Amino acid sequence: MWQWLYKLGSPKWFYTIGNRVLPWLWGVTGLLLVVGIIWGLGFSPPDYQMGDNYRIIYLHVPAAGLMKGSFYMMALCSAALLIWKIKMADIVAKAVAPIGAMATLLMLVSGSLWGIPTWGTWWIWDARLTSSLLQFFIFVGIIALRSAIESRDSAAKACAVLTLVGLVNIPIIEYSVEWWNTLHQGASDLSLRDSSANPPEIWIPAFFTGFGFIGLFFIGLILRSQNEILLRERRSQWVKDLLLTDNAKADTESGINTNA
Amino acid sequence: MNTDMNKASSELGLLSVMGATVRREMLLAFRNPGDVINPLMFFVIAVTLFPLSVGTDENFLSAIAPGVIWVTALLAVMLSMDSLFRADFEDGNLEQLLMSPQPLYFLLLAKIFSHWLVACLPIILLAPVLASMLFMSPEGMLPLVLSLLLGTPVLTLLGGIGMALTVGLSRSGLLLAVLILPLYVPVLVFGTGVVQAAINGTAFSGLLALLAALFALAVSLSPLAISAALKISIN
Repeated sequence: MWQWLYKLGSPKWFYTIGNRVLPWLWGVTGLLLVVGIIWGLGFSPPDYQMGDNYRIIYLHVPAAGLMKGSFYMMALCSAALLIWKIKMADIVAKAVAPIGAMATLLMLVSGSLWGIPTWGTWWIWDARLTSSLLQFFIFVGIIALRSAIESRDSAAKACAVLTLVGLVNIPIIEYSVEWWNTLHQGASDLSLRDSSANPPEIWIPAFFTGFGFIGLFFIGLILRSQNEILLRERRSQWVKDLLLTDNAKADTESGINTNA
Repeated sequence: MNTDMNKASSELGLLSVMGATVRREMLLAFRNPGDVINPLMFFVIAVTLFPLSVGTDENFLSAIAPGVIWVTALLAVMLSMDSLFRADFEDGNLEQLLMSPQPLYFLLLAKIFSHWLVACLPIILLAPVLASMLFMSPEGMLPLVLSLLLGTPVLTLLGGIGMALTVGLSRSGLLLAVLILPLYVPVLVFGTGVVQAAINGTAFSGLLALLAALFALAVSLSPLAISAALKISIN
């Protein structure tokens, strides 16, 4: 296990292991998403109150999960970078940040689209909506800081510090927003909050799309990290060899004889 | 020679070094009064903009007064952060601070405390005047001052983290806002909560205690983040 983690810490190994994992991941993710979406959108029974509107849950809840998961992943990577100075941790943290931001945005947009038919308004200052919006701002801040600092090492460490500061702050922000919300208005009663109230025909497809989204997350993580690895290691021998063999392969496939 | 000097200076008591730091910052502030006056003037002018834009209806102004005062104070603190490290970064004093044999944690606390004295205390003192210009009810005055007294140090400490992360960049004003404003939310929520509760006649001591808890957390943790961030920025 440790040996394996240690190897993942090397960009070259991450790149090759990523290549080996990706086809399987694509397969499993595609299957989960196709089954989950067709089942959820086509065959689950409509909700007795919301009709077919509730089906946006198959997009909304997995996106919310990714929002949290991405940030925890970034925090773990930041700690790994600052404590053990693992280069790969920064590459992953950088790769995950836009994915987390997009997941948060997807969650907000799908939530507000859901809000129009069910709440009658696309935005309310509900505790969850507000704290998700703030979470989105934190993601944006981390991405903005990285793009503002020129030196790659400084940017990596600065983003790691900011991510950890954000990690300490997020529960405080959520608590304060929750408190603020209960003070300013009655808590909105969302019937889907209580998952046990929903029959299995509704939550099993959500399970499929949820794991499908996790699969998509890791596909995005691996692809973006691999890009970053190639960019950072472009002067190293193994990347040159890789590109040369790829070119040679492409050449032989297209029938060009380089020796001629 | 150098080690002797380090030894000599490390034999200075921690309190006297912190005192010297505060004295130096105060002296600098009095020689360059812009650091005191600009945040204060920003606060006054920004609050004045509200009646000019939303109208002078007494009921409406008194309803939004706690929020207006708190948000403008928060922005004034954030905009004042630039003077915390910028000049020291440019003339090399920050490097001296990092190399000092004294624990950086306490030196930073002294620096932040002096910044708070210079930039935040005048705002807190003027806040009741501006609040009464916005027709805020008098029951809210003391809670407003108390909440600002507990809240602005937290804003200064959190702003210090953002400033330490961006001090090496030439234009960092807007970036600082993007980094720091989301983190300011709890202070704002509890700070305005204290004033609103007092105006509504409900108990506010619990909210003040929450602000005090945030203060304790910020004092104990943010100097660590600031010193880590400064070491990255100085490199």
